[in-house]
Amino acid sequence: MEKVIAGKTVQVNEEGYLTDFAQWNQTIGEEIANEASITMTPRHWEVIKYLQDQHQQKVALSIRKIGQSKVVDIKEFYALFPQGPLKVSTKIAGIPKPASCI
Amino acid sequence: MTTEFNGEIRKMMIILSKATLENVYAAFVLANGARMEGIEAEIFFTFFGLEAIHSKKLEHLHVATVGNPAMHMPTLLGGLPGMEALATSMMKKEMEKIDMPDVHEFLDILVASGVKLWACRLAMDMFHYKKEDMYEGVEAVITVGDFYKQGSGIGTHMLFI
Repeated sequence: MEKVIAGKTVQVNEEGYLTDFAQWNQTIGEEIANEASITMTPRHWEVIKYLQDQHQQKVALSIRKIGQSKVVDIKEFYALFPQGPLKVSTKIAGIPKPASCI
Repeated sequence: MTTEFNGEIRKMMIILSKATLENVYAAFVLANGARMEGIEAEIFFTFFGLEAIHSKKLEHLHVATVGNPAMHMPTLLGGLPGMEALATSMMKKEMEKIDMPDVHEFLDILVASGVKLWACRLAMDMFHYKKEDMYEGVEAVITVGDFYKQGSGIGTHMLFI
């Protein structure tokens, strides 16, 4: 379905995740973050960049992988993106929600 | 607060009473999965479940080969020496393939994710375990009453494994 985020019409799924990463930009990410009551800082963006890189390399994301990433540890990941970090961060990053249980 | 609540799960209180690998992983996956959804999670380790947080034992947990029909192994065969070890090493190999951490790493992940780990006072006394025998991420040794108090509030669910 279509949704207007930060003045731009983008394609999203029923949970609000962008279905085409090419439509993503930082302003869109910022607005999705605002909806989740998260104020983005440079540190947040570093993590988002890492997630996007992983997605482009077709790596399946999981909490365990985050812990091994050397970009952010699990504790900080939860602090940066409370209320389900993997779920929230991937939405901000404009990539699909990981189907992982671990 | 109450009016905004629409039946969603806000906290999972998991009681782990067994230390067979399959039960330990079930408890850990459920707790971790809760945190990943923004749900609080706490685990109360009681009776044999304590082995999953006992520093010297947690690396040596086994799959149950006897009394476990889903293993598709005759009970007599399952009871043979070395059978549990064999089944356990096979299961561990499969788990590594699906990116499942070992017990110690999983405990580290749980603690980093904000899962609270509690040891049951009664069972600790029964097995003559001390707090310092246990994995360092264990919050405290508490009573059943303390655990219930931890679970108070709207949207708490309890699960016995």
